[in-house]
Amino acid sequence: MSNYHQFDVLVVGGGGAGLMAALYASRTASTAVLSKLYPTRSHTGTAQGGVGAALGNIEEDHAEWHTFDSVKGSDYLGDQDAIEFMCYEAIDAVYELEHYGLPFSRTPDGRIAQRPFGGHTNNITGKSVSRACYAADRTGHMILQTLYQQCIKNQVRFYDEFQVVDLLLVDGVAAGVIAIELLTGELHTFHAKSVVFATGGHGRIWEITSNAYAFSGDGVAITLRRGIPAEDMEFFQFHPTGIYKLGILITEGVRGEGGVLINGIGERFMPRYAPKVKDLASRDVISRSIYLEIREGRGVNGENYIYLDMRPEVVNKFAAEDGRKRPDGTPYIVTGEELLSKLPDIVDFARTYLGVDPVTQPMPIQPTAHYAMGGIPTTKYGEVLIDEQNTVMPGLYAAGEVACVSVHGANRLGTNSLLDLIVFGKHSGLRAAEYASEAALPKLPADPTDFTRQQFDAIRNAQGSEKVFDIAREMKTIMSDNVGVFRTELGMSEALEKVRELQARLKQAPLTDKGKIFNTELINTWEVGNLLDLAEVTTVSALARKESRGGHAREDYPNRDDANWLKHSLAWLENGQIRLGYKPVTITKWQPKERVY
Amino acid sequence: MQITIKIFRFNPEQDKKPRHERYTMEVQPTDRVLDVLEYVKGNFDGTLSFRRSCAHGVCGSDAMRINGRNRLACKTLVKDLHSSKIIVEPLLGLRVIKDLIVDMEPFFENYRSVLPYFINNDPEPKKERLQSIEDRERFDDTTKCILCAACTTSCPSFWSNEQYVGPAAIVTAHRFIFDSRDQAAAERLKILNTQFGVYRCHTIFNCTDACPREIQVTKAIGEVKQALATGKLD
Repeated sequence: MSNYHQFDVLVVGGGGAGLMAALYASRTASTAVLSKLYPTRSHTGTAQGGVGAALGNIEEDHAEWHTFDSVKGSDYLGDQDAIEFMCYEAIDAVYELEHYGLPFSRTPDGRIAQRPFGGHTNNITGKSVSRACYAADRTGHMILQTLYQQCIKNQVRFYDEFQVVDLLLVDGVAAGVIAIELLTGELHTFHAKSVVFATGGHGRIWEITSNAYAFSGDGVAITLRRGIPAEDMEFFQFHPTGIYKLGILITEGVRGEGGVLINGIGERFMPRYAPKVKDLASRDVISRSIYLEIREGRGVNGENYIYLDMRPEVVNKFAAEDGRKRPDGTPYIVTGEELLSKLPDIVDFARTYLGVDPVTQPMPIQPTAHYAMGGIPTTKYGEVLIDEQNTVMPGLYAAGEVACVSVHGANRLGTNSLLDLIVFGKHSGLRAAEYASEAALPKLPADPTDFTRQQFDAIRNAQGSEKVFDIAREMKTIMSDNVGVFRTELGMSEALEKVRELQARLKQAPLTDKGKIFNTELINTWEVGNLLDLAEVTTVSALARKESRGGHAREDYPNRDDANWLKHSLAWLENGQIRLGYKPVTITKWQPKERVY
Repeated sequence: MQITIKIFRFNPEQDKKPRHERYTMEVQPTDRVLDVLEYVKGNFDGTLSFRRSCAHGVCGSDAMRINGRNRLACKTLVKDLHSSKIIVEPLLGLRVIKDLIVDMEPFFENYRSVLPYFINNDPEPKKERLQSIEDRERFDDTTKCILCAACTTSCPSFWSNEQYVGPAAIVTAHRFIFDSRDQAAAERLKILNTQFGVYRCHTIFNCTDACPREIQVTKAIGEVKQALATGKLD
């Protein structure tokens, strides 16, 4: 195989956003998907609870309510025009998935089943609304499989196990990417008119995380090195319910089906923090509440965890207390069998990893690093923005978790990530193809693989006594301890110093694998470098933001400060230094107000 | 607890033939075999190569033979092996590329051969196609497949002939054949009615034992055979 390839559109990443982009781009443009994993291994497949859309299949709902809930959930940092666009597109997007054959769970009348999720409400009563369209507790798995299947049907070209390591820019225009073929270790040059980054997130910065090993922040790291800023990187979501010590996600759908959080003294504590929606408050609020409970000595057995309880008798007791009803008006009563059929994977995870049967025992949980709200700045059509004035870089697109549109602002609502993938994956694919139909193929740089070779030669030739394994572990520990759910100036300054020390030490970590074929050690080392760069940008952005908003909670600045901080941050990597800038938030209908659940 | 892990090793750039290496270390009984492999790679030998991603049994990257049985390394806890000796080897029936990494292409080629996508040529309705809870339940089990290849590579019929489409591809076909919304059951059945189709299955049940998603694989294959025999999809 030649190491030079030419396409109209390149999609980097084979998860939900990438596959959706590829489906749309390939209708009119020659398109290739480059993925470091077989696409069905992508992290989209681990999403559980549902995809948000105001179908109203269970009860009254409106795209307008979904929009407002997402604006409020974002702690008013989301761009309201983009959020509105996403929430109105949501309905047809979900029907489109169904038309692709996605096996959604069904209502008794045969429509797509929906369940309540955190922060999604009836805007009149303020109570939770069933908006999450689900396929048992493997909605992401079904989206990933279905989109991959459609790509096969439409003969999309895949380069599986190709690790993209650089973006080619010529005169301020995207011109392609460089990838390492894992099987051979060869560098390949992919030359194209449009490039769509859909590489996912970077939760592997933290010790306790729900994220796959693959989530090493490649997309943001690559674009940062090419002068493109990263937006709102201080905002990272800690999901309230990760399996204790492992971080494996336990879906919010458990609480949607009636599960409750219980502290060490047997108290359902969320009503004290969120009187209206209680255990279905948005994720940042619940994660902070769990931390406060543990800090005040109300963890279970004095440990750093609390219980998520979905035993039918507990669910039914609190549902009765809350006056929860079925759509037909009868009281909400569940059986173990029903929970097992709606949440089979959760039951399986708890049995496998905790040795706990959640139908008869509560599950030990703790908050887990889950989702990057920040990322590559884009318009609502996926076009990448490179400065405070929202200048578009021609030919470059980003979608999914790697992108920051911003529809999630300071805190994403559950179910909006899968929605983000399908809506912005589609539009970035459409735009990328449309641009490619008009643009000329840019020239390649004289030596396209030069920058890649510099980086990888440095890794291959490193000398010293450091171990990448230790460096990664130390990063995760300090980031969890000091740049987690709660943050302080002092803690973050320490973390920043440590991360910079680790960046230097990584250069003294020699490889033992000198080979070419599947040199996973080489790739892992490069990935740890990406994570360290993103940890640095995260910490620098977080230190600068002297307020608390959404997922960014500072003990030294406990309040939201709209006068000074109602703005997006942008971080550039320049000569090894990070420079920060800011740009305004788009506000259309909803002026910021106090956020109460 | 102290364990000894014996790992199949093969570096195509250095080794003429495969070998095994042993490592002894302290682990927690609740550690995943994947954690043990990561520890070996990080501390003893950086050349050790294997695939992994989600680390909790959903992405299907790390299927391998652990103590003689196909499992996901991330879904197998040390304590569940009931032994302080662990043997880890690559999946059988697929070419070993390096250490625990096998060539997945024949597996995906078989997958692609059964029309693994939804087909319904009627005009799309404005909203969703309706499907009863019972009709949805009919193929629920086979929607769980993560394409890890644990089933196919545990099957003696596949070992003897890679052209056999294999359990995973039949599971995928089943997921569409029994979906009330799909219209291409007849075409898929025709594909599975050929020399390397469903009749290569001799009901050995290795696939069902191997499936980390607990799919009733042999049952699904039986239902496809039944549909071929009777021409009915119930």
